[in-house]
Amino acid sequence: MAGAVSTSPARPGGLWLAFSKNRLSWVGLVLLAAIILVAIFAPFIAPHDPLEQNIVVRLEPPSAEYLLGTDSYGRDVLSRLIYGTRISLTVGFIAILIAMTIGSTIGILAGYVGGLFDQIVMGLLDVMLSFPTLLLGLMIAAMLGASLENLIIAIAITEIAPFARIARAPTIALKQRDFVEAGRALGFGPVRIMGVHILPNMISDVVVMGSLWMASAIRTEASLSFIGLGVPPPTATWGSMIREGFENILDAWWLAVFPSLAILLTVLALNLLGDALRDAIDPKLRAE
Amino acid sequence: MIRYTIKRLLLAIPTLFVMLTAIFVLVRLVPGDAAAVILGDQATEASLRALRAQLGIDQPIHVQYVSFLGDVLTGNLGQSLSSGRSVIQEVLLVLPYTIELTLASIVIGIVLGLPLGIATAVYRNGWTDYIGRLVSLVGLSFPAFVSGILLLIVFAIELGWFPVLNSGGSTDPVERLRNLALPALNLGIIMMAYVVRVTRSSMLSVLGEDYIRTARAKGVRPARLIFRHALRNGLIPIITVVGLYFGTLIGNSVLTEIIFNRPGLGKLILGALNARDYTLLQGLMIIFAICVIIVNTLTDLAYGLVDPRVKYK
Repeated sequence: MAGAVSTSPARPGGLWLAFSKNRLSWVGLVLLAAIILVAIFAPFIAPHDPLEQNIVVRLEPPSAEYLLGTDSYGRDVLSRLIYGTRISLTVGFIAILIAMTIGSTIGILAGYVGGLFDQIVMGLLDVMLSFPTLLLGLMIAAMLGASLENLIIAIAITEIAPFARIARAPTIALKQRDFVEAGRALGFGPVRIMGVHILPNMISDVVVMGSLWMASAIRTEASLSFIGLGVPPPTATWGSMIREGFENILDAWWLAVFPSLAILLTVLALNLLGDALRDAIDPKLRAE
Repeated sequence: MIRYTIKRLLLAIPTLFVMLTAIFVLVRLVPGDAAAVILGDQATEASLRALRAQLGIDQPIHVQYVSFLGDVLTGNLGQSLSSGRSVIQEVLLVLPYTIELTLASIVIGIVLGLPLGIATAVYRNGWTDYIGRLVSLVGLSFPAFVSGILLLIVFAIELGWFPVLNSGGSTDPVERLRNLALPALNLGIIMMAYVVRVTRSSMLSVLGEDYIRTARAKGVRPARLIFRHALRNGLIPIITVVGLYFGTLIGNSVLTEIIFNRPGLGKLILGALNARDYTLLQGLMIIFAICVIIVNTLTDLAYGLVDPRVKYK
C-alpha cells in the first residue's frame, strides 16, 4: 500500500497549511507540548520527592496532600508520575533517534546501490519486521540485562527495519531524477550524492514516521518496564508503576490507573500528531 | 497458482535460516558465562562445568551453531532447565489456551472492526467517520497491559461480571467462556483498531475507482455497490493486516496473559525469563519464529487467492 511516497523536494508552506488545517493535529501538538514541559520542569512541578518513602502513609487514596494517592512505600504517585515522564520521553526519543539514523542509512544504501545488495538487505529487514516487536525487545533486554542503556538499545533495534523501508522507497525514486544524474555526471562520489542530494529530499518523510514510531517505542518501553525489564527500581517509570499498581489492584486502584492514563495520553498525542503530519505530507499515504 | 505457491513456500526457507541464526546469536549475547548466570554465585566449579556441557556452550561457536541447526531441523528444541520437560511438551501444555484466546480476539476484532471501517469510509468526514477514527486511534494507543488493567478494574473488580482471578482451564464451558471474555475482548479491541484503520483507507481508495463510478451510474443499489463491488477488492489489504497483526498479537498476548493470569505462551515466556531458563526461552523463540513464518506465508498465499494479479508479479 505504501507505493505512493511523495518525493517532491521542499514544500514547507504546503505542509504547514495541510497540517494546521487538521484540528486533531492541534490537540496532539498541545498535549505533547504539555507533556514535554512536564518532563523538563519535573523538579519544579512535583509536590514531593519521587523516591521519598514514608511508611506512615502507604497506599493512601487520593487526597489534598497526595493528589493521586501514595504507593506501597508511601511515595507520592503524582510526583513519580511526573518524573516518569522523563524516562518515557528520553527512552522513546533516543531509541527513535538511533533507529532513525541506522535505519535511514541502511534504507538509502539499499535503495541507492540496488541489485542483489538491496534484495538481501530488504529480505533481512522483512524478517526482522515480521518478528513481534515486543518479543524481540523482550529477548534483547533480557539477554543484555535491565538498565536504561540496554532498554534504549533493545527498543532501537526493534524500530530499525521500518525506518529502512521508509527511507528506501524515495531513494529509488530520487536516484533517477535529473539533479542526481547531474551530480553523478559532475563526478560526485556516492557518499556525497546520498548525503547531500538524496537525504535532504526525503528526510521529512522519515522524520514524520519517526513521530509515529516514537509512540510505538514509548509503548514498548512501558511494556518492558511492566514486565520488569525496564529501568531498575527505585526509579519511577510508568510501566513499573503500573506493575506495582497491578500487584495491589484490589486495594489501591489509583496506583495502576493514573500511570495508565499517562501512557495513553502520551501515545495518543504522538499518534494524533504523526497521523496529521503523515496526511499532510501525502494524503494518499494512509495505510501502513 | 501452483508456481506462485511453490515459489512462496521456497522463500520461507531462507527466512527461517535467518531467524534461526538471529535467535542463536541473541541467546549467546548473555554477558559473561551463561552457566554462571543460571546457577548464581554459589555454584561450584563442577556444577558449572556440567551445565556448560549440558548446554553445549563448552564447544567452539561454529560447532554450537551446526548442532543448534541440526537439533532444530530434527525437531529437538531441548529441555526446559527448570522443569526438565521438553520444550515441545511445555508448549503443547499451554497451546490450547493461546489458540483459544487468539482466535476469539481475531473474531472480535473483525466482527467489530469491519463494519465500523466500512461505515467510516462510506460516510467519510461525517460524524461516523470521526468517531470511528477516534475509536481506532485510541485503540492503537493502548499498550495491551494498560487496556487490560482498565478492563479488569471496571468489569471484574468494580462490576464483578467476570472473575478477577482467572483460572482459564475450567472444564465447565460457561465458566471457561467467562474466563476467556475479558482477555479476548482486550486483544480484540486492539485488533479492531487496526482493522478499522485499514478497512477505511482501503475502502476509500476502492470507492474512488472508475468501475465503482460506472456501477453507480448504472444504478446499482448502494448496499450491493458497497458489499459486492467495493468490499471484495477492499478486502485485500485487510487480509494483509490480519496477517501482519499476528506478530503484534503474540506480543500483546504476553501482556494480556499476565494481567488476566491466564496460562499460555506468554506466561511461559515470562516464567522462562524469571527462571533464567535459557533453553526454554530459545525454544519458544524458535516456535514463535516458525509460527510467524507460517502465518506470513499463508497470508501471502491468501493474497494470491483473493487477488489474481498478485501471482503474476
